[in-house]
Amino acid sequence: MELTDIWFLLIAVLWTGYLVLEGFDFGVGMLLPVVAKDDPVDRQVTLRTIGPVWDGNEVWLLVAGGATFAAFPFWYASLFSGFYLALLVILVALIVRGLALEYRNKLQHAAWHRRWDLAIVIGSAVPALLWGVALANIVRGVPLNANHDYTGNFFTLLNPYALLGGLTTLVLFALHGAIFLALKTHGAVRDQARALVLPLGAAAVPLAAAFLIWTQSYDGSWLTWVLALLAAVCLLGGILASRAGRDGLGFLGTAATIALAAATLFVTLYPNVLPSTTDPAFSLTTTNAASTPYTLKIMTWVAVIFTPIVLAYQGYTYWVFRRRLTRDDIPQVTVA
Amino acid sequence: MDAIDLARWQFGITTVYHFLFVPITIGLSALVAGLHTAWYRTGKVKYRQLTQFWGKLFLINFAIGVVTGIVQEFQFGMNWSDYSKFVGDIFGAPLAIEGLLAFFLESTFLGLWIFGWDRLPKKVHLASIWLVAIGTQLSAYFILAANSWMQWPVGYTYNRATGRAELQDFAAVLTNKVALVTFPHTISASFLTAGAFMLGIALWHVLRGGKERHDLFRPTVKLGAITVLVAAVAVLVTGDIQGKIMTETQPMKMAAAEALYETSEPASFSLLTIGSLDGRREVWSVTVPHGLSFLATGRWNGKVEGINDLQKAYEERFGPGSYTPNIPVTYWTFRLMILFGALSALIALIALWYIRRPGRSPSRWLVRSAIALPLLPLAANSFGWIFTEMGRQPWIVFGLMQTRDGVSPTVGAGSVLTSMITFTVLYGVLAVIEVLLLLRFARTAPAEPDAEAAEPDAAFLY
Repeated sequence: MELTDIWFLLIAVLWTGYLVLEGFDFGVGMLLPVVAKDDPVDRQVTLRTIGPVWDGNEVWLLVAGGATFAAFPFWYASLFSGFYLALLVILVALIVRGLALEYRNKLQHAAWHRRWDLAIVIGSAVPALLWGVALANIVRGVPLNANHDYTGNFFTLLNPYALLGGLTTLVLFALHGAIFLALKTHGAVRDQARALVLPLGAAAVPLAAAFLIWTQSYDGSWLTWVLALLAAVCLLGGILASRAGRDGLGFLGTAATIALAAATLFVTLYPNVLPSTTDPAFSLTTTNAASTPYTLKIMTWVAVIFTPIVLAYQGYTYWVFRRRLTRDDIPQVTVA
Repeated sequence: MDAIDLARWQFGITTVYHFLFVPITIGLSALVAGLHTAWYRTGKVKYRQLTQFWGKLFLINFAIGVVTGIVQEFQFGMNWSDYSKFVGDIFGAPLAIEGLLAFFLESTFLGLWIFGWDRLPKKVHLASIWLVAIGTQLSAYFILAANSWMQWPVGYTYNRATGRAELQDFAAVLTNKVALVTFPHTISASFLTAGAFMLGIALWHVLRGGKERHDLFRPTVKLGAITVLVAAVAVLVTGDIQGKIMTETQPMKMAAAEALYETSEPASFSLLTIGSLDGRREVWSVTVPHGLSFLATGRWNGKVEGINDLQKAYEERFGPGSYTPNIPVTYWTFRLMILFGALSALIALIALWYIRRPGRSPSRWLVRSAIALPLLPLAANSFGWIFTEMGRQPWIVFGLMQTRDGVSPTVGAGSVLTSMITFTVLYGVLAVIEVLLLLRFARTAPAEPDAEAAEPDAAFLY
């Protein structure tokens, strides 16, 4: 295995980690007004399930971005400049959402809460949709010229396949979030979240199936079919487990679904990293987009040493906050 | 304006804005960790109150630093894709390492610290805030190593076939002499900033409040003032070394800092000048004879090369073109940086002298300075970075790539304008919210201490 292949794999793993982890906190954010209605305490219960972990989840994205820059600078350059306006929207959403999560409880005013809650809902839904659109476009390919520079515009990215990809991640993350909430809470929030699993599941299954089958047309192989099939099995299993009250198993199911769907996309993409629809000769691949072997070697050492440490302490956080939250955990405040 | 100017403005706006919050985060995380340690050691409720009071302000500030940091990592690719291609083999590595080593550490342990008051063993809880503080320092080191490479590229070769700079020696990049001096300079400036932030707010409470507030906040007046003074000395010493290294690596930047057109031996340093903005004509000025010679070379009679000679030399080396940065900007930002830094230290000194005995009646002048104090280092930091980056122009990577060649070739001016306006408006709104929150929490003195409850109030968590 070449170093470039290892780094393609590592970046795929980072993206997968990001989608699985922030997937549920996007889901929780989107479902906030549905699971907690207008009850201020329930809203705090809901938000507290992701409070200690959402920022750590988002770092997976930053590291995926940084690793792409370090290992495949040409991929980073073409992708980020090419998807310019889409990324701008995502950035604005992430900025507003992050601040909303941190600031909404700083003041106890109903209007202050209402506005930040709206920011959390929109700031969660928009990236959940757009990351699917972006990943689908990476697999599908975009117009690149001989210099590997993007020659399309914002609307080039809004093709039917990519939009289907966006809807898939949107609904899948919502489902993932609902199952996460069921796992992490007691009482009204849990009941509301569990009631959402079936309708969200009923929407997620056909969307994910259609998206992953369509994906096969781009560079599918027996392996991508197997991965897609496994994703489908996990999705159905997760929904059934959650319905049966096995919250942990249900969460593992949707987490595995997202991971396997991401694997399907990245295996389909390989050995390209950004195909050119203008001319296959202009495509960016793991070879022509890569850094030098020396840089990759150093980065590999850093990753080998530090990734286990990061995984250990992130795992510890989830362990510390493993207990289900109830209304009794929320400090009493008077909302003006 | 075309795409290149807009991209430069956007980078300037988003970066200066981001760096308003970063130094407070770097310094305040360590100061809060210190207060938390005092609570851990002594068990005094007072220190728990202070930890939570300053912790809350730290969190409000940290949040905005984090979210604006995401833009920083993305915009190299968005606006500067040709730059990213050219330097990615070298520049990407510290960025990725920063994420893996620092961002994960900061965000994960901050989550543990915020929500762990009654859930973590006390030692682990204390360790969490220290790990956050260490994370901010690591982050600063790697990003400064990346920036220093743009100021003084080392450990690379230029590959003609691929048309990019390629990494030869990563250790050389991490031990770049520019990075080794820029890091302590930036860290000391960060402590100066956080110290002034703490001193300003604590002083206001001490001068305005009753006896209880006086007693509660007095330790942090001292802590803030001493932090400012120690940091100011460190800023001065590191800044002095930095000046000499700058003269060696980027003599044009040093000449531009003084608007020194003719090579001089000795060269004087002007404190301020009235004349034409680019310093070609001078009507009146206050100068320190031999000052620039000493700053630049460490010898009172040292020779300092002037802009004209350097411009000629660069033309011979790199071909025709202008290699002179914007002189009014470099001249004035350099002075304003020093002025605002020195002013903060002066106020800290007066404050420390003033509160040496408790219970003195407040002077109106000191109350006013207390309110202004946190703003002064913010100005100094901003001017310092504007000087450093503008003084490197026209280069994006000194001697290797010019800024105009680094911009994304297929991103239109309309797109850049859209994002520039979006970020500017968004950041403006966020600044208002942030300042309102900070003011509100800075003015609210902690409630009566409850010796039993370890958990902070609701606004701390969510």
